[in-house]
Amino acid sequence: MNLDFDQIIPSLPFILNGILVTLRFTLLSALFGFTLGTLLSLLKISNIKPLKWFAEFYTSIFRGTPLILQLALVYFATPQLIGYKISPIEAGVFTFSLNSAAYSSETIRAGIMAVDKGQREASMSLGVPYRPMMLDIILPQAFKNILPALVNETIALLKDSALVSTIGVLDLMRRAQVVAGQTFLYFEPLLVVGVIYYVMVMGLTQAANVLERRMRRSD
Amino acid sequence: MIRIEHLVKSFGPLEVLKDISTEVDSGEVVAIIGPSGSGKSTLLRCINLLEVPTAGHIFVGGIDITSPKCDILKVRQNVGMVFQHFNLFPHKTVMGNLTYAPMKVRGLSKADASKIAMDLLNKVGLAEKADQYPSRLSGGQKQRVAIARALAMEPDVMLFDEPTSALDPEMVKEVLDVMKALVRTGITMAIVTHEMGFAREVANRVLFLDGGYLVEDAPPDVFFSAPKSDRAQQFLEKVL
Ligand SMILES: Nc1ncnc2c1ncn2[C@@H]1O[C@H](COP(=O)(O)OP(=O)(O)O)[C@@H](O)[C@H]1O
Ligand SMILES: [Mg+2]
Repeated sequence: MNLDFDQIIPSLPFILNGILVTLRFTLLSALFGFTLGTLLSLLKISNIKPLKWFAEFYTSIFRGTPLILQLALVYFATPQLIGYKISPIEAGVFTFSLNSAAYSSETIRAGIMAVDKGQREASMSLGVPYRPMMLDIILPQAFKNILPALVNETIALLKDSALVSTIGVLDLMRRAQVVAGQTFLYFEPLLVVGVIYYVMVMGLTQAANVLERRMRRSD
Repeated sequence: MIRIEHLVKSFGPLEVLKDISTEVDSGEVVAIIGPSGSGKSTLLRCINLLEVPTAGHIFVGGIDITSPKCDILKVRQNVGMVFQHFNLFPHKTVMGNLTYAPMKVRGLSKADASKIAMDLLNKVGLAEKADQYPSRLSGGQKQRVAIARALAMEPDVMLFDEPTSALDPEMVKEVLDVMKALVRTGITMAIVTHEMGFAREVANRVLFLDGGYLVEDAPPDVFFSAPKSDRAQQFLEKVL
């Protein structure tokens, strides 16, 4: 076995720039995904049947089909359907947000249900309307309960984000493939990005631990 | 202040309140007692619409709160409630708990809300805890904060659902003392309680519920010394 890292050193800056692409992609998708997931979770616990069904149906669609298929559909079908030439990164963020919303809505719903019902009753007894009650009282406590699960969801997003390389987004994964194509070396660039993914996931896990510990101290 | 007419409340097939009618005058203190499961909490919770009555009418301050046209949020602003398990907001400080609804719901400025809150904290003897989180307080302190939080909305009516039942015995008195002080302010109060001595001392009237029926409605002297119904006699034998 002869490894030749020297040959890919000139390509290293190109690969490292992919970190930003991947991170930005992941964080944007998580942000949109959790926001939409929160709205879906509120539909799921609402008393209005059609809204509830819509949210359940939405979730089942995104959980019941492969992510890579959803991605391909959005990327290739959007221009055909509405004539808008969607960029790979837009298609990626869009699909991942919708997908992540489906998964996180279940988590957030569970988090809301786990907030003591006395909190709702206390808010209602003070005359607090639904929206501020949710935003100021219930959701902050719900998110605190499910923070570890949301971090796991973000980590899953980060790893799955490599799928957008299939539609041409120049993320970490894609950059490794590009370098492989230029140098005819496969193991070295893939190993490099593998290490980078691993470090990012560990970093995220660590940050979540710190955050959790700090929040626990505040109770 | 509160008038209840032929109130019925069912949960599915289970009829929990059966044709209850009574009245509470302004400034009156009513103790609601009865065995567990007799419908005391449900009755109380109907008065601020935490439970929606199945039939009948409830008037608070002359307004029919069971009418579909009634603004429930307005009613609730005027009716404070204190729960058995305090239900303080754990992610807000004591001060935050007291100022949240006055600012959000009544639209008070932070300065005005804080002033009312500080005043109330002084009255319940917890001014020095203003910046603490609820988890740092004892049960008795939590309940005093909860009472202050409800009062911060400056309601005309206060509802208490077993406010001392979740407390260690040594903390019961501090909460009852706060409630006694409140009685002297002349606010209308309805109190579900198992503290018979307290009920006898502060209540103008005792409502005795059993199996969803309002079985007795009498002044405390009469109720405690000569209960009319067998059910009330049996109940008092057990608890006194
Ligand atoms: N949300 C509810 N759903 C179904 N049954 C309920 C509900 N709340 C109370 N009940 C029932 O109503 C009856 C009266 O309850 P409650 O008013 O809490 O009694 P109390 O406060 O006197 O102990 C009980 O049998 C209880 O199980
Ligand atoms: Mg009860």
